[in-house]
Amino acid sequence: MTDEQIFDKVKSIVVDQLSVEADKVVPGANFQNDLGADSLDTVELVMALEEEFDVEIPDEAAESITTIQSAVDFIKAKSA
Amino acid sequence: MTNPGHNPGHKRVVITGLGSITPIGNTLEEYWEGLMSGRNGIGKITLFDSSAHDCHIAAEVKGFSAAEYMPPKEAKRMDRFVQFAVAASKQAVADAKLEINELNAEHVGVLIGTGIGGLKVLEDQHDVYRTKGPDRCSPFMIPMMIANMAAGVTAIQLGAKGPNSCVVTACAAGSNAIGDAFRLVRGGYAQAMVCGGTEAAVTPLSVAGFVACRAAAVNRNDDPSHASRPFDKDRSGFVLGEGAGILVLEEMEHALARGARIYAEIVGYGATCDAYHMTGQTPGGADAARAITLAMKDGGIAPEEVSYVNAHGTSTPINDPNETSAIKIALGAHAYKVSVSSTKSMTGHLLGGAGGIEGVASVMAIYHDRVPPTINLDNPDEGCDLDYIPHKSREQLVNVVLSNSFGFGGHNVTLAFRKFVP
Repeated sequence: MTDEQIFDKVKSIVVDQLSVEADKVVPGANFQNDLGADSLDTVELVMALEEEFDVEIPDEAAESITTIQSAVDFIKAKSA
Repeated sequence: MTNPGHNPGHKRVVITGLGSITPIGNTLEEYWEGLMSGRNGIGKITLFDSSAHDCHIAAEVKGFSAAEYMPPKEAKRMDRFVQFAVAASKQAVADAKLEINELNAEHVGVLIGTGIGGLKVLEDQHDVYRTKGPDRCSPFMIPMMIANMAAGVTAIQLGAKGPNSCVVTACAAGSNAIGDAFRLVRGGYAQAMVCGGTEAAVTPLSVAGFVACRAAAVNRNDDPSHASRPFDKDRSGFVLGEGAGILVLEEMEHALARGARIYAEIVGYGATCDAYHMTGQTPGGADAARAITLAMKDGGIAPEEVSYVNAHGTSTPINDPNETSAIKIALGAHAYKVSVSSTKSMTGHLLGGAGGIEGVASVMAIYHDRVPPTINLDNPDEGCDLDYIPHKSREQLVNVVLSNSFGFGGHNVTLAFRKFVP
């Protein structure tokens, strides 16, 4: 999968899960501070990413996935 | 007339707002118009594929849009039973023109009953658990599923920080909730209470369960509009319905001081238990009769004052003659002068939501001096010989209404409402 494809998939999951407008979902956007996610939202978001990309995201790793870019980077690294 | 039964140690409690999401209307106006015109709310089940079930009909809410009442992100975090409760509660509070702000928030509470809560979420998440494992269960599963969330989320949406709880007494839950809220305001524990019942249990497990215990009608799948027929010889069970009915109860002086429109006064609450059988009823209805009598005593109501009884009237073989008998025990000879109807003939049985929407109907009957019919009453059964207002609504002076709700587990509840005179 290309970087762009990963980004697009992450973006569409975030738009759906957090009910935010697509143009807010930029690489630097922070889930809690910029996209209105609460603690339960971020748990569910991580689960959706695990499901979509067929990866495991252990809890300590999940704690550092706080922005769109960090989610994309993690998935890239796992898929490499 | 004033309230002769009024205990001076109590505050008087009035109804200042009403809201409803029902199978025959998604606003108070639509619901009342539906009741007055004898509208049928029962059709084929569309919420899930019922082809493997023996029952294919239900009274579903039609055309409900959660987005009208809450932002989409918040709606996603609510099971359907919570969405209905929030919608009806917002309608009721707007209807009451009751502003809830930092000055009064701690004195406005919420008490909403339900039979089972977020059953669809439970069923869906159980599928996830079985096919994908516990790690895939949603972090929202628990908060979306638990029965008290109708009351909890409604309070979040309204900013109501007063007493808050949930009653779970099956088909009596909505009436118990209104009755308990009445006692809170009467006893000075809240200035206003947003109360009633909600249910959204038209799901695969629920329909399977009600068919299995022989409570749901299975012989009119091809004739849904005639399937709910309380008191009729050919009734064979209830038809499952969904929706929510909410009342704003308010301390009378508070309502008068702010110039609120007052629909009626709530004056009595009677609650008893059959202590007889999990799903059956005390034969002859003696324990249900006690609930009616207690509500009347609570409100200082003599039998001759009762204008209309909104019956529990589920259309099951057991309930209808038993309830008729209970009404006769409680009202004596006046039972033959009073009008009685089952609005479940039109709305189906909303389980925990029934007491809520029937409380709304009872109050509207007083406010408009009109009583709703029992539709599909072609041939009253033996032992069902009261005036059940067959087929068509009618105009009549309505001073006092009794609303009955009887739940699995033997819960018998009667609420008494009276035309308001300051």
